[in-house]
Amino acid sequence: MYPPNFEYYAPTTLDEAIGLLDQHQGEAKVLAGGQSLIGMMKLRLAQPAALVDINRIPDLSYVREDASALAIGALTRTAELGRSDVIRARYAILADAGREIADPTVRNWGTVGGNLSHGDPGNDLPACMLALNAEYVAQGPKGRRTIPARKFYQDSFVTALGPSEVLVEARVPRAGPGSGSAYSKMERKVGDYATAAVGVRLAVAKSGAIEGAGIGLTNVGPTAIYAAAASDFLNGKTGSAADLEKAGELAASASAPVADNRGPVEFKRDMVRVWTRRTVAHAIARAKGGA
Amino acid sequence: MAIDVEEVTGSTPSTTTRTIHVTVNGVAHRSTIQNRMLLVHYLRERLRLTGTHIGCDTAHCGACTVLVDGTPVKSCNLFAVQVDGRKVDTVEGLEKGGKLHPVQEGFHLEHGLQCGYCTPGMMMASVALLARNPNPTEEEIRRGLSGNLCRCTGYVNIVKAVQHAAKKMQEPAKGGA
Amino acid sequence: MAEAIAGGIGQSIPRKEDARFIRGKGNYVDDVDLPGMLFLDLVRSPYAHAKITAIRKEKALAVPGVLAVITGADLAAAKLAWMPTLMSDTQMVLPTDTVMFQGQEVAGVVGVDRYAAADGVAAVEVDYEPLPVVIDPFKALEPGAPVLRPDKKKTDNHIWHWEVGDKAETEKALKNSAVVITEKLYIPRIHVSSIETCGCVAQVDAMGKLTVWMTTQAPHAIRTVFALVSGLPEQNIRVISPDIGGGFGGKVPVYPGYVIAVVAALTTGKPVKWIEDRTGNLTSDSFARDYHIEAEMGATKDGKLTALRVKTLADHGYTDAAANPSKFPAGLFHIITGSYPFAAAFVEVDAAYTNKPPGGIAYRCSFRVTEAAYTIERLVENMAHRLQIDPAEFRMRNFIRPDAFPFKSVLGWTYDSGNYGGALKKAMEMIGYADLRKEQAEKRKRGELMGIGISSFTEIVGAGPSQTFDILGIKMFDSAEVRIHPTGKVIARLGTKSQGQGHETTYAQILAEELGLPADAINIEEGDTDTAPYGLGTYASRSTPTSGAAAAMAARKIREKAAKIAAHLLEVSPDDIEWKDHKFQVKGVPEKSKTMADVAFAAYTNFPKGMEAGLEATDYYDPPNMTYPFGSYICAVDVDKETGQVKIRRFVAVDDCGVIINPTIVDGQIHGGLTMGFAPAMLEEIPYDADGNNRAGSFLEYLLPTAVETPKWETGKTVTPSPHHPFGAKGVGESATVGAPAAIVNAVLDALEPYGVTNIDIPLSPHKVWKAIHAKDAK
Repeated sequence: MYPPNFEYYAPTTLDEAIGLLDQHQGEAKVLAGGQSLIGMMKLRLAQPAALVDINRIPDLSYVREDASALAIGALTRTAELGRSDVIRARYAILADAGREIADPTVRNWGTVGGNLSHGDPGNDLPACMLALNAEYVAQGPKGRRTIPARKFYQDSFVTALGPSEVLVEARVPRAGPGSGSAYSKMERKVGDYATAAVGVRLAVAKSGAIEGAGIGLTNVGPTAIYAAAASDFLNGKTGSAADLEKAGELAASASAPVADNRGPVEFKRDMVRVWTRRTVAHAIARAKGGA
Repeated sequence: MAIDVEEVTGSTPSTTTRTIHVTVNGVAHRSTIQNRMLLVHYLRERLRLTGTHIGCDTAHCGACTVLVDGTPVKSCNLFAVQVDGRKVDTVEGLEKGGKLHPVQEGFHLEHGLQCGYCTPGMMMASVALLARNPNPTEEEIRRGLSGNLCRCTGYVNIVKAVQHAAKKMQEPAKGGA
Repeated sequence: MAEAIAGGIGQSIPRKEDARFIRGKGNYVDDVDLPGMLFLDLVRSPYAHAKITAIRKEKALAVPGVLAVITGADLAAAKLAWMPTLMSDTQMVLPTDTVMFQGQEVAGVVGVDRYAAADGVAAVEVDYEPLPVVIDPFKALEPGAPVLRPDKKKTDNHIWHWEVGDKAETEKALKNSAVVITEKLYIPRIHVSSIETCGCVAQVDAMGKLTVWMTTQAPHAIRTVFALVSGLPEQNIRVISPDIGGGFGGKVPVYPGYVIAVVAALTTGKPVKWIEDRTGNLTSDSFARDYHIEAEMGATKDGKLTALRVKTLADHGYTDAAANPSKFPAGLFHIITGSYPFAAAFVEVDAAYTNKPPGGIAYRCSFRVTEAAYTIERLVENMAHRLQIDPAEFRMRNFIRPDAFPFKSVLGWTYDSGNYGGALKKAMEMIGYADLRKEQAEKRKRGELMGIGISSFTEIVGAGPSQTFDILGIKMFDSAEVRIHPTGKVIARLGTKSQGQGHETTYAQILAEELGLPADAINIEEGDTDTAPYGLGTYASRSTPTSGAAAAMAARKIREKAAKIAAHLLEVSPDDIEWKDHKFQVKGVPEKSKTMADVAFAAYTNFPKGMEAGLEATDYYDPPNMTYPFGSYICAVDVDKETGQVKIRRFVAVDDCGVIINPTIVDGQIHGGLTMGFAPAMLEEIPYDADGNNRAGSFLEYLLPTAVETPKWETGKTVTPSPHHPFGAKGVGESATVGAPAAIVNAVLDALEPYGVTNIDIPLSPHKVWKAIHAKDAK
């Protein structure tokens, strides 16, 4: 359980970091919190020639809301999500997830950027970002670009991020009036990956109709999954028991779990159904002013 | 502040070693280490602070929990080079001037430990928990310590130990000026 | 009433050993650091069954810092490639030609530090030729199954058959029973997973003396085994068991890593440290349980239990390396008639070889007692449901009555004492049983799933009487050596070894009570074979029943001599002296007395003519019988019908372990024991796939409960002293692990009663509960 040795760089600017990544041509890895990467290195599943530690680059850790978006810096520790007032008040899905990722000690060091860019289908934040229709800001040798979260996840541990790019910020569309969100994680114990987890974001109009629904699923497929059909179905509905049940069924159809110690495929699909129904209900309750 | 300088004799600067400056329990250290050396091994084997333990190698058990700049982290899941320029606190630094930290006292008086192996990590997580939340509920203690596994106590008396410390730390300071 | 002695029996004094642990100054094996020490790491097999066609060391030896690579061929030259197991089977230290399970040790790499050794491990090249894998023990016994141990001249995979009881009588009694139920219960492979893994430091000095610091619960027995296996003279072997970070049975066996480290120290001439990582620990160290049980139970129409028949297949992996007393291949499994006076019972166990790691250790349980308690308490509950009798009432009707002790069970045990109804009654009161049943009935009407489960178990601990209990011929006595210094301070050394149980405190309390000296004047040492008297070690809840008893008996021997010194000091005849209120008093003249401290000083300064100086005694205690702790546990659960998730709402544990030495420590033992009963019931299992891949090789998949999952335990006590133990104690470390699983599973099945489910195999993972509900829903 000891990694092979590697070169270590601790740049103080993003440009320097990107230069180092570029120079190593895919053989270098970004070290943010390292809570996944170091484990893989100890198992020698990952053997990067070099690590580029971005922790000494200033101004990458922040949570701020402006007129159009909630912006979260890549180096924000995941524990901060559960503690941020603005997130707790207006983006409860992220606060929920921020209390469920791994365990409290790991959350102190693991980062939002790492959780989003690692590409592990078991990570909790990608499904939230899919539900929220977030965008990621990536910086590379050719400058900055914005990638929609819903186009970011390509396969297990494969993302749209280039080898010399650093994910620097996640941008979540600003929560409008009547919006509500929630994340539910079914796990065997604290520290486990989800058996199934569901993130929901929506708004309830004055008419009582649901708008802008988004549903993301964790660990029930090769990547985090955006349950498009279930999300679209909910728009314009009132959130009746039948609506919720149907949304659950549609989300279950969108899932593609594999059997493991957490259970067989049919069980996991059913958990997507149940937890989608429950989480949509929770998000609606929050949209209407509940906790 | 004491300065403790040590270096690997004969080691030459290379791309796979690095000289770090770390303050551990208030003592400044300068050490040249392999980049891959985990923080827990740096503490245990280089500084001989063996109170920090290794239990699982995969960041699940928390026996290796130490504070980095006041925040609990699993030192088996961190390279020592990452704490260059930072402050690290371990179990050995809890007792000050011959006086036990209230968390140590709580673990002792409430029988919050048995084999003692998870205890240093559990206590460091407890210290950080109380720093953030001086008067936690039982649920908050259980959640707050859920990154640390104990195989002996069933957690009942660990909860009591943290409650003991919380109470003690909220007592107004007694005695003279 | 006499004044209590400071820290005597019955007092909740804080633990003495805490002083070092809370300061991070414990001395665990990985803390041992010797000049020039090298580090051993192990190459492990990725295959469950394969022929090794080549091991190439060259690349590993070229790695900077790597000094040696040790293979089975190297060990074979010294006749050390194989070692005997405690059950007289044979186990590989390192393979010479075949690997038998995934994770098996294949070669050792010695490096200047642990990183170099790990680099060497990655560079060792091994060629494997995969062989057919046998994982299912039932299939292992089918004709035509690949024979796993041709080296033992075996022609099949059957290891042994063991039976006890009257087969014909049981058959007849079952036939004559109005109601017979049958249940198949699988108790899966689990792992003790103490937070400290196993390891050692081996050192050979210039005089040829070998010292091994190692994580062992039984240092003296290990020394003897090392001497027999290696041929080294026993006086030149010193085993030191330093502080141990949890044992639970997992640190009883000798693992290959220890032996390879010793060989590495002998061949390099340098101290060698081996510390296994968690994956090595979970994939190769001894497992517990893995019993496939089929049990039949009979009862009369009006609810009297009649007969019990149990047939079991034990999966032992590739060798029988169980840690049992040698005469008991299935441990004490025949305590299976539990708390009930069956008139007829028959138990048989067959053992099979498979391509899994060896083991069969305890997981915090006296030899196979959890398997027994789980089976009887699951079936008793099912029988109560079948007869539509409240399970508490059903037990009350059937318990062995308090006036029936000592009670001889139909399978041959003599229970020392008990009051089973008393414990159950207390548990029912604590949990509010009647109200819970009412609530359950109301919830059921609303379609909500709530369940209540009971377990009224009987344990058997304290091995054991020498006529029946030995390990490889060494009788299972244990020992204490007590010396009182001139100033009335005491050093006591014992043959057991604490792994967290608090021996430094509780043994001091026993001696305080028996010697009339305060507990803080008494130091306890264990674990160094050069200084401590011989003993069989700490496991199976035996320390208090054996070494604790030895401490009391040694103290009483000291008192005999001390009384003579007191008589000398008081200038009366020894016949006129009595030990009363922790002092030597002249009979009828309480103001004329001497304390033990007075006597201790005199034992070195002013002793009677003709008497030897000093004040010390040693006792090797051979217990006259086992002790039989018992308890009644009640668990209340809520089950989420849609997800299969189980929430344990209440859990009340009433234990009776006889006389209690330190109530706080006893409660701590029970809290921990309950958690290690809960864990396998709800979370822990090591599953293997058809290719023999271990699917729980780290704490990501082997699910130790955190403070969040663990229920909030509520404990209570009754006290029924053991009549044969010197001060009436029984042992408590494992009762809760033995008793808890059945209560939890019974509660979940009670919740699922509307679905007619009579068993779900542990652990009760949500997907299994969900499946049980849905299978019945579909009908």
